[in-house]
Amino acid sequence: MKPPLFLYLRPDSLEEALAAMHEHGDEARPLAGGQSLVPMLNFRLARPEVLVDLSRVEELVGTSCPGPSAISFGAMTPQRAAERLEKVRSTCPLVSMMLPFVGHVQNRARGTIGGSIAHADPAAELPALCLALGGTVVARNAEGERRLRADGFFGGPFTTALMPDELLTSVELPGVRREDVAFAEIARRQGDFAMAGVVAVRETAQTAVRLVAFGVGGTPVRLPRAEKILEGQELTPACIAEAASAAAGEVDPIEDLHADGRTRRALVDALVRRVLGELGSEGAR
Amino acid sequence: MSTAQAVSHFAISCEVNGTTVDRVVAVRQLLADFIREDLGLTGTHLGCEHGVCGACTVVLDGEAVRSCLALAVQADGRSITTIEGLSGDGLTSMQQAFRRAHALQCGFCTPGFIATLSVADPSDYHDEAGVRQLISGNLCRCTGYENIVAAVCEEWGIERS
Ligand code: FES
Ligand code: FES
Repeated sequence: MKPPLFLYLRPDSLEEALAAMHEHGDEARPLAGGQSLVPMLNFRLARPEVLVDLSRVEELVGTSCPGPSAISFGAMTPQRAAERLEKVRSTCPLVSMMLPFVGHVQNRARGTIGGSIAHADPAAELPALCLALGGTVVARNAEGERRLRADGFFGGPFTTALMPDELLTSVELPGVRREDVAFAEIARRQGDFAMAGVVAVRETAQTAVRLVAFGVGGTPVRLPRAEKILEGQELTPACIAEAASAAAGEVDPIEDLHADGRTRRALVDALVRRVLGELGSEGAR
Repeated sequence: MSTAQAVSHFAISCEVNGTTVDRVVAVRQLLADFIREDLGLTGTHLGCEHGVCGACTVVLDGEAVRSCLALAVQADGRSITTIEGLSGDGLTSMQQAFRRAHALQCGFCTPGFIATLSVADPSDYHDEAGVRQLISGNLCRCTGYENIVAAVCEEWGIERS
């Protein structure tokens, strides 16, 4: 249960970090907060030749508001720091609602916003949050920058559209008001990965709801059939029930020792009811 | 642009329990092992070595963190407080509350709980549920948590539900 041998680099700037990724590419792994990568090293599930520690790259830390209703997180912003920020709560309350469910307080002290999204654990909250809000992931390599939409960013379990020499540098999320977002998850214990979770975001302009489930497949997934049912509709109990059973039918749940497929479908059904119920009552206010 | 050389060992300087420590560490060494093996501070315990149990919790720059999920090299320039530094010569009042409430049996988990609690702001916690959520990152195989929750509630003046 100790990390294997590797070589270590600690760049002091983004430029140096990108140069290191350029030089070592496939052999290198960037180290963000280490709350997923270090356990994988300890289990020897990851055996990078070179570890590029981003903890001294100050340019990657911090939050900014690129527009009146948007927030951008530097990739190395600690989750715990983001959780405490009033600016986050007021601009993008969904972030403040979901962060307390990311691991435990000790994990969030080191775990970063960008690290969790780049790691792309299918049961993690932040990738689902990013997808549900229709966020943008900014990636850089030595050649330049790419802006990637969250739709399409997550390719499979622990797999993203990032290239081997690219670093996720920031994540931009549109600010959506508290009454237009809802989130629920079910985990065995506080801080565990969810057996299933659902995020709902109302797109006010289009009377449409983006629905995302996580913990049920290889990536967080949109629920297009359920979304279709909700389009232009009032969130009445009948409409919610129809959407929930469509959602349960359209997920393709993984099975593991925590829950079998049937259980996960039932959880998705229950969670969709819960989040839509919340959205409905918020909307009616 | 020249890239720095990737290294297998690194000279670090950090503050541990108020004392400056200068050492050369293997970059693959975990912070927990550095604390226990190199510094001989064996009050920091290792239960799972993969971030689940919280026995290895220490205070790093004012935050409770899992020392099995940090590399020793990452402590360079940082300040660490372990259970030895938290309690000093006597017991902290939280440790005394643990003793009064019988909040430990084997005691293996206790340093981690105390480290977590030492940096928590009691004014953030108003009820038993909040306390339980705070300590959810620390596992105890003996007590069933009842007496740990009782100790924290007593210490912070929280009425139990
Ligand atoms: S030993 Fe670090 S969390 Fe268990
Ligand atoms: S007292 Fe034994 S593990 Fe907690």
